[in-house]
Amino acid sequence: MPDMRLLIIEDDREASAYLSKAFREAGHVADTADDGLDGYALAREGGYDVLVVDRMLPKLDGLSLIRSLREQGVETPVLILSALGQVDDRVKGLKAGGDDYLPKPYAFSELMARIEVLARRRGGSSGAEVTSYRVGDLELDRLSHRVTRAGQEIPLQPREFRLLEYLMRHAGQVVTRTMLLEHVWDYHFDPQTNVIDVHVSRLRAKVDKGFDRPMIHTVRGAGYMVRAGGET
Amino acid sequence: MSAPTLASAPAGQDGVLARLGALCRTTAFKLSLAYLLVFAAFAFFALGYVAWNARRVLDDQIVSTIEAEINGLSDQYASGGIRRLVGVVERRSREPGASLYLVTTPAGEHVVGNVEALPPGVLNEPGQTETAYGRGTDGDRLDHRAIVRIFTLPGGFRLLVGRDVEERDRLRAVIGRAFGWSLMLVVGLGFLGSWFIAQRVLKRVDHMTEITRGIMAGDLDGRLTLAGTGDELDRLASNLNAMLDRIGELMRGMREVSDNIAHDLKTPLTRLRNKADAALRAGSDPDSLRAALEANIEESDNLIRVFNALLMIARLEAGNAREGLAEFDAGAVAREVAELYEAVAEERGVGLRTEVEDGLVLHGSRELIGQAMANLIDNALKYGALKCGSDARDAGGGASVVCVTARREDGSVVLSVADRGEGIPEAERGRVLERFVRLETARSRPGFGLGLSLVNAVARLHQGSFSLDDNAPGLRATLRLPALRGPSA
Repeated sequence: MPDMRLLIIEDDREASAYLSKAFREAGHVADTADDGLDGYALAREGGYDVLVVDRMLPKLDGLSLIRSLREQGVETPVLILSALGQVDDRVKGLKAGGDDYLPKPYAFSELMARIEVLARRRGGSSGAEVTSYRVGDLELDRLSHRVTRAGQEIPLQPREFRLLEYLMRHAGQVVTRTMLLEHVWDYHFDPQTNVIDVHVSRLRAKVDKGFDRPMIHTVRGAGYMVRAGGET
Repeated sequence: MSAPTLASAPAGQDGVLARLGALCRTTAFKLSLAYLLVFAAFAFFALGYVAWNARRVLDDQIVSTIEAEINGLSDQYASGGIRRLVGVVERRSREPGASLYLVTTPAGEHVVGNVEALPPGVLNEPGQTETAYGRGTDGDRLDHRAIVRIFTLPGGFRLLVGRDVEERDRLRAVIGRAFGWSLMLVVGLGFLGSWFIAQRVLKRVDHMTEITRGIMAGDLDGRLTLAGTGDELDRLASNLNAMLDRIGELMRGMREVSDNIAHDLKTPLTRLRNKADAALRAGSDPDSLRAALEANIEESDNLIRVFNALLMIARLEAGNAREGLAEFDAGAVAREVAELYEAVAEERGVGLRTEVEDGLVLHGSRELIGQAMANLIDNALKYGALKCGSDARDAGGGASVVCVTARREDGSVVLSVADRGEGIPEAERGRVLERFVRLETARSRPGFGLGLSLVNAVARLHQGSFSLDDNAPGLRATLRLPALRGPSA
C-alpha cells in the first residue's frame, strides 16, 4: 500500500526519528509527536491512515490517548508499541481501543507489515463480508471451504485452509510469522523454532506444486506474501 | 578558644536530657507509669474507705453510749427528781475517764457537771450536735471537742451528756499519716520500678538498634543476640533473625541469578561485538558487510528473546500476572499446540501422538499454558529425539514418538509431554528448572536454558506443580494444575 500518512506518537526522539526515516524510505509520509497531548491534537485533526502510539508517554499516556480518541469518534487504526510485552498488557491495550499491539523491541519489517494490514483494513472491505478470495488462478471459497487452482481442487486440512485464507486476505502484503501465529492459531508467544515455516512450506507444497509460478513467496527477513506472478 | 569548651558543657547536659527523654518515651516507662497511677488511685480509695468507716463506727459507739447514759439519767430523774439527778451527775463527773455532763436551770445557769464552758446558744438546741467545749481545769477556753446530746427535763432543767472525741480525732490523724506515707511509698517505689524496667528494656532495644543499624550499613551476617529469657523481646529478636536469614537466602539467590544473567548475556553480547568487529576489519565488500549485519540482527533478536523470557519468568514469579486470568479448555490448548508442532515433528521423523480428554477447564492464562506446552513439546522434539531420531532414520522412520496427553486426575488437570530420548538423570532434574541451566548434552544445540524455568513459573502461577520423571526410557514432563470443575462440566 503506497503513500500512507502515518503519525508516530513516541517520546523517545531517537526511536521516532528512526521510524519516520524508515517510513519515508518506504515511500510514506510520517509526522511525529513527542507527547500524548500533541499526539492527541494531531490525531484528532485526522487525515492519518495509521497511528503508531507508544504506551508510556508524557502528559497523556498512550492508553488514555486512544480511549479519548475513540470517545471522540476518531476511528483511525492504532498500533500500540510497548516495552511491556506481556499477555495482559496486550489485552489492556486492545481493550482501550487499539487495533494491534507490538512489544518493543521489534523488527521494522514486523511493524511495517502490521501497519500495512491496518491501513488496508481501513481503506478497503470493511463493509460486507467477503466470501471468496482470488489471487491469479488461485481461488478460495470461504463458504464451501474449497480451494482451487486453475480449476483444479486442492484438498487442505482445516488449519492449512485458515493459513491460506489469512495469506490470501492480505494478498500483496507481507505477513510475518508472528502475525500468522496470532491470527491462525490465536497464540501470541514466541514459538522459537521454525514451526510456522514448516506449516507454510507444507501449504506451499500443496498450492504451488506442479505450477510454474509460485503463489506463496518468502520475503527475506520479514515473512510471507501471497501474490500472483513473480519469480521468487 | 573558650567557646567550644563552654559549648561542650550544655552539650553533655543535652546528652543526659536526651537520654532521659528517650527513657521517658519508652513504652515500658509509660506502661509502668500508667500502672502506678492506677495503683495510687486504688490505694487512695481503699485507705479513704477504711478511714471513713472507722470514723463512722466510733461515732456510732459514742452516740449509743450517750443514749444509754441519757436513758439512765432520765430514769434517775423520774424516780428521784432533780436532786437525785444532780447527785448522780456530780458523782459520775468525778470518775476517771468520765463522760461529759452538765445540768442547767431552765435559764441556762450551771447547776452541776464537768463542762465549764460552751459556745453560746448550744443549750437552746435540743438533740445531738458536735461542739467545742471547755473543761473544768482550763476555765473558759473552748479547746476540746465533743459530741453532745441535750435533753430538756420535764421541769425545764436541761441535761447535757457528751463524749470527748479526742480519741476519734487522734485515730483520724494516725490514719491520715499512714495515708500520706503509703501514697508516697507507692509513688516512689512505682517510679523507681518503672525507671528500672524502662532502663532495662531501653538498653536491650538500644542494643538491637545498634545491631540492625550495622546490618543496614552492610554487615549482612550480623544477628541480634538473645537474652535467653524467652520474653517478648527475645521472640521479636529471634523472628527478626529468621527474617534476616530468609532475606540473606533470597539475596544469595538473586546474586546467583544476576551472576548467571551477567554471564549468559555477556557471552552473546561479546559474540555480537566480535562479529561486528571482524566484519569491519575484513574490508568493504558490500556483500560480506551485509551478511555480517544480518548475522548481527539475528544475534540481537536472540538476545531480545532471552531478555523477554527472563522478564516473563521474573514477572510470573512475582505473581503480578494474576490479573487477566480466565477460564479456558486446557485440552484444547494441548491439542492446538501439538498440532502447531506436528509439522515440525513430522519433518524430523518424530511421531507426535496426542491423547486429550474433553472438558478440562482451567482458570488461568491460555497463552501461558500454551507457551508452556510449546516449550515442553519443543524440548521433546529437540532432545527427546536425540538418539531415537537417528535410530529411527536408520530403521526407516517412525520409531521415535513424543506423546502429548491431557487428562483429569483427582481434581487436577494433568498435561504431560513424554518422549523416548535419553531423559535427564535424576540428580539433574531439579537443577534444569533453574534459569540458564543447560545440560552438557544440550550445550551444542541452540537454546538458552530458560524454557523449563518458564514452565515451572507458569505452573506456580496457576498454583500447580511441574515435575520431570523417568519415562523408561526418556523423559516425562508433567504439569499438574488445579481443575476448575468436575467431569460433568
